[in-house]
Amino acid sequence: MADINKIDDNIYEVPIGYRPGMRVPGRIFVSEALRAMVEPGTVDQVANVATLPGIVKYSMAMPDAHLGYGFPIGGVAAFQEDGGIISPGGVGFDINCGVRLLRTDLDSTLVQPLINTLIDALFEAIPSGLGATGRLQASDQQLTEAFISGSKWAVEQGYGVEADVTHCEENGHMEGADPAQVSAKARKRGRPQLGTLGSGNHFLEIQRVEEIFDEEKAKQFGLFKGQITIMIHCGSRGAGHQICTDHLEVLNQAVKKYNIEIPDKQLACAPLGSPEAERYFGGMVCAANYAWANRHIIAHWTREVFERYFPEASLDLVYDVAHNVAKIEEHDVDGQRMRLYVHRKGATRAFGPSRKEVPATYRSVGQPVLIPGSMGTASYVLCGNDNALNVSFGSACHGAGRVMSRSRATRLFNGKDVKAALNLQGIVVKATSPAMLAEEAPQVYKPSGDVVDVVHNLKIATKVAKLVPIGVSKG
Amino acid sequence: MIPFEYLEHTADVKFRAYGVTPEEMLSNAAAALFKTMVDPATVQILETWMVVLEAPELEDLAYQWLSEIVFLFETESAVFASFRVQLRQNGSWKLAAEIGGERIDLKRHSFENEVKAITMHQFQIKKNEKSDLWCIQVILDV
Repeated sequence: MADINKIDDNIYEVPIGYRPGMRVPGRIFVSEALRAMVEPGTVDQVANVATLPGIVKYSMAMPDAHLGYGFPIGGVAAFQEDGGIISPGGVGFDINCGVRLLRTDLDSTLVQPLINTLIDALFEAIPSGLGATGRLQASDQQLTEAFISGSKWAVEQGYGVEADVTHCEENGHMEGADPAQVSAKARKRGRPQLGTLGSGNHFLEIQRVEEIFDEEKAKQFGLFKGQITIMIHCGSRGAGHQICTDHLEVLNQAVKKYNIEIPDKQLACAPLGSPEAERYFGGMVCAANYAWANRHIIAHWTREVFERYFPEASLDLVYDVAHNVAKIEEHDVDGQRMRLYVHRKGATRAFGPSRKEVPATYRSVGQPVLIPGSMGTASYVLCGNDNALNVSFGSACHGAGRVMSRSRATRLFNGKDVKAALNLQGIVVKATSPAMLAEEAPQVYKPSGDVVDVVHNLKIATKVAKLVPIGVSKG
Repeated sequence: MIPFEYLEHTADVKFRAYGVTPEEMLSNAAAALFKTMVDPATVQILETWMVVLEAPELEDLAYQWLSEIVFLFETESAVFASFRVQLRQNGSWKLAAEIGGERIDLKRHSFENEVKAITMHQFQIKKNEKSDLWCIQVILDV
């Protein structure tokens, strides 16, 4: 990485002037070891974001940063209401792609002997893979309600319980949904896919709590060593992809209308307060709410499967986080309270105890920050610190971060070998396509522990528990 | 002339498609897009779909065209292997295309990637004056 300066352990600065038009510096949060894995293109993308109007403080990239489109993956930027913009390039196509963690009261020794059966049953119960349609055939009216009230709608329909809603970021539904901004095409893609996992890096995983780093916080989150947890990683499916596609076209015309210079078409945007910005926001919120409803339904079917084999077990929701979204939040900027549009693209909100957005049950410690590993590597639960507000507008990484292209992965690995290697480690994997397994081989990601250590050392979030997979269902 | 080629990209799929005419370039781009999902050799042409689009610029039209294929794939549950494209420029650009393929049959069609969307990142169309070839560069979100 040329032209960027180390300013502290784990903090590198992309100075104004790295490229023309930068309004603020960039900040990349990586260790020495991870720094070597950051592609020059990623730094360019951090610098590109820094040119957008109304950006506040820094254009940031989390330790799992890698090359994306528009923003880098792992990109975070906040824009002031007055003079700022909103951009789908800072959210991505998979709006509110996110992670949900369920805890059981089961010890792994009880579950391990049944792991093959459980994964088969989950694979059967939760539609996944390309072209999969859900078990649930939502009506047009139901779809509209899911767009407006997300998890709340799902609970009203009998999926999950009330406590689940309070344990979701934004209580599982963001305000400001405008279903009129969802095209007929987006509805057509979204309707049959409600209650589906999707494919690619999305998964449903049965995990074992391998290590507890902080007993007190773990207790608060209901986690203990040897416990079985379930992690669900998916998003807003075709509905979100189409909503983003539709609005990206509109915003590309808007940049001409408002004379905004952008270095990359994917950074198409509109001034906050303009009709184009409002419409995108209204549509984006619909997709975000759809994603929460989607994860709610999947969690419900997961509970049904566990109930078959462990009728006495309880599966409670630890938390549900969004890692592709733009939100209106209040932050202190140079001693002034400001309303900002915080874009997190492949980044997780990590709020500490002082924020009212943290659910009451976790107010004493901070929100759970869920960091999924790749298939076959550990996932982590952290808890948000107030210091994150100073460092990164309360944001942490979202995963391990890819280091190898999909095409290279399919040349180097084959699905069968990947599956066999995971089996040797005691991890059962079921997937619709062997090619997908090769593309998602553990070697194509950065070591998740290294990424999480940076977040921990920067005091953005504190490590609470390490979870290792024992069974994975993939699309 | 090679119809299309894939380039290295860490997280997504990047390709360039070529053509003697913009029509051929768009047809080859559609083939490149679809090949990332399913092996075209396994697709039979049993049905056809018509697509009609209009946009102010050729790049906008190309974006709509590729996005339309992703939309049709998902909503028609179909896989495609032939793309016949006609273009007309009269102030704005108009496209009429016939896509050939068949409904998904999981016994014969095995999927490699799920293309979520066509990105606009580094999305561009150029005509190489030397070779006289049209070229489109596309990055897919997978």
